[in-house]
This record gives sequence, C-alpha cells and structure tokens, in this order.
Amino acid sequence: MASRLLLHLVLLLCCAPLLQGVIVKTKALFAGRVGAPLLQPYRDLARLFRKGFVFSRTTTWVFRAGPVVGLTVPLLAALLIPFGALPAPLSFEGDLILFVYLFALARFFTAAAALDTGSSFEGMGAAREVTFSCLAEPTLLFALIVLAKLSGGLSLNSLLGPHLTTAWRGPYAAALGLILVCLLVVLLVENSRIPFDDPNTHLELTMIHEVMVLDHSGPAFGMILYGAALKLMVLGALVVRLALPWQTGSWFFDALVFVGGQLLLAVLIGVVESIMARLRLVRIPQILIGTTLISIFALVLVLR
Amino acid sequence: MILFLLALACLAGGGLLALATYSRPRLAATCGLVGALLGTGFALVPALAVLTGGGSLACDYPWTVPAGRFTLLLDPLAAFFILPIALLAFLCAIYAIGYLQDYPRPTALGAHWFFFNVLVAGLLLVVTAANTVLFLAAWEIMTVGSFFLIALEHRQTEVRQAAWLYLVLAHLALMFLFAFFISAGVHCGSLAFADFARLAQLPEATATLLAALAIAGFGVKAGLFPLHVWLPDAHPAAPSHVSALMSGVVVKTGIYGILRVVGLLPTAAPEIGLVLMLLGGAGALYGIAMATLQRDIKRCLAYSTVENVGIIFLGLGLGFYALRHGQPALAALAFAGGLLHCWNHTLFKGLMFLGAGSLLHATGSRDMNQMGGLLQRMPWSGTLLIGGSLAIAALPPFNGLVSEWLLYLALLQSGLPAEGFGGLAPLLLVGVLGLTGALALVAFSRLLGIALLGEPRTPAARQAHEAAPSMLVPMCLLLFCCLAIGLLPQLAVGLLIPPLAELVPGAGELIAPRLAPLAEFGRWGGYLLGGLGAATLALLWLLRQRPGALASTWGCGFAFPTPRMAYTGEAYAELTRNHLLPAVLRPLPEGSAAVSGLFPRLVSRLQRSLDPILTRLYLPLVEDIAGRCVRLRWLQQGRLPVYLFYIFVTCAVLMAWVILEDHGWRGIR
Repeated sequence: MASRLLLHLVLLLCCAPLLQGVIVKTKALFAGRVGAPLLQPYRDLARLFRKGFVFSRTTTWVFRAGPVVGLTVPLLAALLIPFGALPAPLSFEGDLILFVYLFALARFFTAAAALDTGSSFEGMGAAREVTFSCLAEPTLLFALIVLAKLSGGLSLNSLLGPHLTTAWRGPYAAALGLILVCLLVVLLVENSRIPFDDPNTHLELTMIHEVMVLDHSGPAFGMILYGAALKLMVLGALVVRLALPWQTGSWFFDALVFVGGQLLLAVLIGVVESIMARLRLVRIPQILIGTTLISIFALVLVLR
Repeated sequence: MILFLLALACLAGGGLLALATYSRPRLAATCGLVGALLGTGFALVPALAVLTGGGSLACDYPWTVPAGRFTLLLDPLAAFFILPIALLAFLCAIYAIGYLQDYPRPTALGAHWFFFNVLVAGLLLVVTAANTVLFLAAWEIMTVGSFFLIALEHRQTEVRQAAWLYLVLAHLALMFLFAFFISAGVHCGSLAFADFARLAQLPEATATLLAALAIAGFGVKAGLFPLHVWLPDAHPAAPSHVSALMSGVVVKTGIYGILRVVGLLPTAAPEIGLVLMLLGGAGALYGIAMATLQRDIKRCLAYSTVENVGIIFLGLGLGFYALRHGQPALAALAFAGGLLHCWNHTLFKGLMFLGAGSLLHATGSRDMNQMGGLLQRMPWSGTLLIGGSLAIAALPPFNGLVSEWLLYLALLQSGLPAEGFGGLAPLLLVGVLGLTGALALVAFSRLLGIALLGEPRTPAARQAHEAAPSMLVPMCLLLFCCLAIGLLPQLAVGLLIPPLAELVPGAGELIAPRLAPLAEFGRWGGYLLGGLGAATLALLWLLRQRPGALASTWGCGFAFPTPRMAYTGEAYAELTRNHLLPAVLRPLPEGSAAVSGLFPRLVSRLQRSLDPILTRLYLPLVEDIAGRCVRLRWLQQGRLPVYLFYIFVTCAVLMAWVILEDHGWRGIR
C-alpha cells in the first residue's frame, strides 16, 4: 500500500513537467526549430520557486487559494486513478464521481482567483473556462459510464482494470474507440490546448487559461504551472490506459508502458497543436456538444 | 410529546405577546425572539429522540371542529422534517436581531415577529398533524403566515405583487389538496390519517389519479417544476431571514406531503415515480440555467432552490420507481440521497440567504453589479458565503456532494445492471446531474466573483460594513454543519435510517452494504482538507521568507482601469446564455428604441430575466380564461336586491335538496 502510494507519487511528480517539455519539443521540430531542451519546464519551475511574490492590491485570500487548490487537487485525484496497470492506491467504490468533482473544485478556485483581480480580461477567461467545462463534464461522465458498464464496477480501478484488453477484441470495440476520441477531446479542453485554447498566444483577449493566471507571480505561479502539468498527466492516464491496456505482470514494465504511453500522448498533443489552428470561440461549444452526443452514442452501443 | 406541545405553546405565546406589545418595538422583538428560541429549542429535543431512538410519539385530543381531532403523530418521518425546521428557525430568529435592528418602521415589527412565530408553529404542526382537518388548518396557517412575512415591505409594488402571486398559487394548490383529501376521506370513511391505510386497496386508476392530485397540490409549495413560478418572485421580496426559512423549510413541507401521500398509494402506476424523476431532472436543469442569468442575488438563490428541489425529486422519484419494481435496496439508496439532500439544502440555502441578507444590509442593493470587492470589507460574511457556495455547487469536502454522490450511485446502480435500453433513462440522468453541477459552478462562481471579489463598483459597496455578530454566528453554525456532514457522512445517514424504514421496510439492513464506501468518501474529505492545509502552510512559509510586493492589477495596457471596466454579471454569463442555453430562457430587453442617427437621443434599456414559464405559459393562459369570463359579467349587476335574490335562490335550492334527501328521490319519480 505504502509502496504503491510512493510509486504513484514519484511517477507523477517526476514525469509531469517532462510531458510539457515533450509537447514543446514536438511543436518546435514540426516548425523546423531546435526548440527548448526537454528539461526546460523543470528549470522554469525551479526559477519561479526562487523568485519573490507580487500581489495586486485588489486581491484577497481567494487569489492565494487559487494556486493552492490548483496544485493539491490533481495530486489527490492522481491517487484515485490507476497509472497504466499500476492500480490506484486509494480507490473506493463510486470514486469516479469524486474524481470528476475534484477537478470542478480546482476550476472553481481558479475562476474565483481570476475574478479576484478585478481585471475584465481575467473575468473573460474565467467565464470561458467554466462555460466550456459545462460541456466537457457530461462527456467525461458518459465515457466513465461506458467503462463502468463494461467492467461491472464503480471504482476507477475496476473501470480501467485488466478486462480492457479483452474488451477491445469484443463486440464493444467501436464504443471504446468512440469514448477514446471523446476522452482525448476532454483532455485537450480541460488542459487548455489547441484547438480549444492556445497556451502560447500573446493576446489576452484570445486566451482562456493563460489569461486567468496573468496576475500570479513567483512560487504561486510555479504552483499553478506544476498543477497544470500534473493535471495533464492525471487526465492523460485515462486516455493512456484505455489505449494501451496491457498488463505485463511486473511493476517495472507496467510503469515503463505507462510512461511510454504518456510520452506518446504528449507527442500526439504536440502534433495536434502543430497541424491545427485554434478554433473560433463560438465553434468550441458546437464541437463539445458534438462530442457529448458521440459519448451518448457510445453508451447506446454498449447498452444494445 | 409534552415538550412538543410546550414548544407550540411557546411559539403561540411569544407571537401573541409580540403582537400585543407592538407599540414598544424592543419589547415586542424580545417577546417574539424568546418565544421562537424556546419553541424551536423544545421542538428539537423530541425530534432528535425519535431519530436516534426510533419509535414514535403521539397525542390525541378532542376538538370542536366537525370531523376534526387534535391528533399529532411524531413519527420518524415527521422528526426528519422537524429537525431542519427547528434548527433553521432557531438560527434565523437569532439572525433577525441584527438584521431588523435599524428597521425604519419599528412598529411593524411586532406583527412581523407574530407571523414569524405563527409560521414556525404552522410548519411544526403541518409535519406532525395526523388528522385531515388539522393538517389543512396548519397548512393554511403556514401559507398565510408566510404571506404576511413576505409582505413586510408591502409599500413596494414588486413586493405586493410577489406576495399576491404566492397567495394565489398557494390557494390554487389548496384546491387540489382539498380534492385529494376529500376523495381519500370518502374512500376510507374517515378523515384520520391512521385510517388512510385503506387507500392501499384502491384500484390502479383511482390511486394514480389521487397521487397526481397530491403531487399537483404539494408540488406548488415544493417548487416542483413547472409549478415553481411563485418562488423566484417571492424569495427576493421577503426579508432575508424569511427567505432562508421559506427556501430552507417551507418548500420542504411540499416534499413531506408528497412523501407521505405517495407512500400511502402503493397501487398507483409505477410511472408516477418516473414522472417525478423526469420533472426533477428537468427542474434541476431549468432552475440552475435560470440562476446563471439573474443579477439579483436572491433571485439567483431562489432559482437554485428550484434546482435543488429538482435534485431531491430526482432521488425520490427513483426511489418510488425502484420500490414498485421490487428493488428495495436501490429504493433505499435513492431515498437516502433525496432525504439527505433535503437536509443539506436546508443548511446551505439557509446559509446563502442569510449571507445574501448581510450583503443587502451592507450595500442596500440586491443587484450583484452594484456590489464588488465586498470580501475585503466584509471578510467574515464573504468567507462564509464562499463556503456556502462550495457546498451548494456540490464541491468536496462539503455536504452537497455527499447527497449527490448517493444519487449518482443510485442512478448508476439502477441503469447499469438493466438489460437493453431500460437503463438508458437513469444513465442519461447521470449526465443531466453532471451538467447541473457544472452549471451550478458557473452560477456560483459568478455570484461570488461579481459580488464579493474585484473592485467595489459603487460608493455604497465601497462603504460596506461587516455584519453584526448576531448575524454571523448563525451563518458560522450552518457552515459548520455543512462541513460536518461532508466529513462524517456516515453519521448523518445513520440518522436517516428510521425515516427510511418508514418508506422502505427493512431499509436499515438493505442499505448497510451499499453505504460501506460512505465512510471512505468522508475520509477523502479529510485527505482533501489535509492536502489543502499542507499546501497553504507551504505557501505561507514561502510568503514569510519573501514578503510579497503590492502592485495594481495588470491592466493589459490600459493606463487607468476603473471598476466600471470590470466584468459584470451579464458579461460573465454571456457565453453560457448565447451558446449553451436555449433562446427561450434569454431575458427580453425592454425600453425605448435602439440608438440611431449621428446625434442619438438619450435611450434607456432595461433587461430583466422574467420566468419564461410564467410569462409565456401561465400568464397567457390566465388572461385567456379571464377574457372568457367577461361574458359572465351580466351576473354582477351591482344592485343590492339582485344579490339578495341570488342568496334567496341558493337557499331555496339547498332547502329543496335537503327535503328531497330526507324523503327520498324515489317518491318524486
């Protein structure tokens, strides 16, 4: 139990910034540049943690709570989800709902911290973030229900259990394929990636997540960046396990498959970001409603 | 039972003394307050005893009213409702001390305290009355008492209109209740609730009709979609401690009625449960969608009540449905979720309305766009409101998620094992509940973000003052209860077992295996608090090492940002309103024509979010009926002899009827 907890935390805390580095590197290679070194995100975090704070006069404790919640929530949510074939250390029956609502808590505080600055741009980002999640959340729930129907359990451990290898060969492979696409979309929306949001845009008007954290500085900003990296890895764990459901039997190779899968996912995100443009804002709800309908269709397929 | 009767006596005595001493406002307020505190305190004791020890208390006295007896029955279901009634009324009474302190018309307060005590006594009687006549009398006392409480500020037109709308709808609903109770009484040959057990032998069609009558009658009070239309007007109009009481417990009496009555009609069509479930789901979505569009904070909270009542009915409907389909364990789980959400809603909605009252008291406005930056000026009220918002948006580690989690489990366990498409409806409702939760996050991050955070938008908001301690203490206690249920859900659900056993026989044993993860769920709340605490300490340590510099917010290039440039409530909800919600819900702009020409004249435009169900469905219907009734106007001649003639004709017909009844119709034929 304790060793599993430790392995989970070590994998999460060490690998998460690397994925960000891989995405940036992939995008650089696509653009024909050398790009920043793979370990640059670690250096960025270290630099931020050495800096001082600057706070806006308008802000209150809510502004400081934003980074705290944004870092703690993905860390705790990671303990509910299996990393590849490594089972989750603190799983219980019905934890899938808690998993979804934990991220809602982080979203609440990120949006509140943004509104606390009184800046209209940050309010704009907060409004976009909470609105788009309205559509991402039901999609995530429907995808989890499809997995629950196939597994017969209600904990994330059993949802993403060893039965997935046989399920991919069975009659429900089409439904699994559909929810894999849906989960990938949820991953991109929730982590503010292209085509839904552009993490590298230079214009506040067009940002979603980046504009919400404009006023954070120093270690607090470092906590936000680290939390965002953890969130990408935790939500990515869903996609990776679904796509690569192998069980090797040895914890070392299981961890290796998982980390390899995460790196592949990071490359995929980098490729998507390189070949796609950011969507117009009004198109995003339409795409998300389409994804929700696909997830409902997948549910109909497994109920058939 | 003596204690309970003593509680009623205290409420009545305190109320009457407050009325008698109205010319000395301080004395009147003291009398009313002491009566309310003693009464609710005494009522808590027997309710807790019944919930923890099981069994039930009863008393029975003769009453001179025909067919009426003063029969009270304090069974676990009644105790389940007395607990929130007494607790919230106790806290609201304390809150009212500070809230009404600087009231401009102090002589009106004697009557206000009288009606407050009357309302609480009415509520306690409604849930314990075991005789139809007594029940309807108590129901009417409750309705009239709350009408007068809503109408405290009756010099404002909107308050009068809201109070009238409430009174009219409550009495329309009462017609349904009369129809239900009279037909039930005719079937059973008695008006005592104890004899209503005979309703179990009714044929399916009659039982379904009776259940539908009761749902229509009680549904209006409960705010069941689409009968909720009085709620969004009445709650903002009432003083805040009354809004808290109305939303927290008056609405629950409708739920109590439906629980009692539908339980008496086991032969009604099982689709009754399905209909309740679907209405609940629709109401939850509709309520929270409308809540995201309101700029009046209390109206926003009132719509959130529609949402929460919808969630409660989702659970209760699933419970009735599962019970009829021979799945008592599932039914117990669904009822547990619905019942726990009743308690949770009382706690966090009470807290939110009291908090909204503090904001109103401090700024003199209910419009969130007139507030802003209040967390800096009112740190206690603001922090308590943020805690309440977390609870109401069902975020961990608070209580809202516990009951919603039970409902999610019930929906999943009903949908997943079903063969074929039978499970599709509950599984789709899981998505509906998820969407409701996400929209609640929009609504409440908006309410906090615009009203409490950022820069003050008006001079009034800049000079806002913290609420009095007597207003803060009740809110603290409510938030504490919210957190306690969130961290120790197994204890709260343990108290629910006796009322559950009334709804589902043997619920205790059935539900135990399904509640095993509940303790784990509560422990996760602890992990979350621990993790957040550790991260906070780390941040505070860093802040001690490197004290932060203060600067102004990054203005994105604007040299002189003003509070008028900050995001407003409308702006925050714009994306949701225009790209997520159906166009019917959008507020309609009123006022003069659009801006035109090179030198446009002064134009005023007003955007108010009115209830689409009321303005597009009920009002046209009522106007149509009123138009048709004009044809009957010739009956009203306005001359005394004509009315005397009507009275004479009525008496003659009635006499003829009585004589024919006695001598038999057959003789005539």
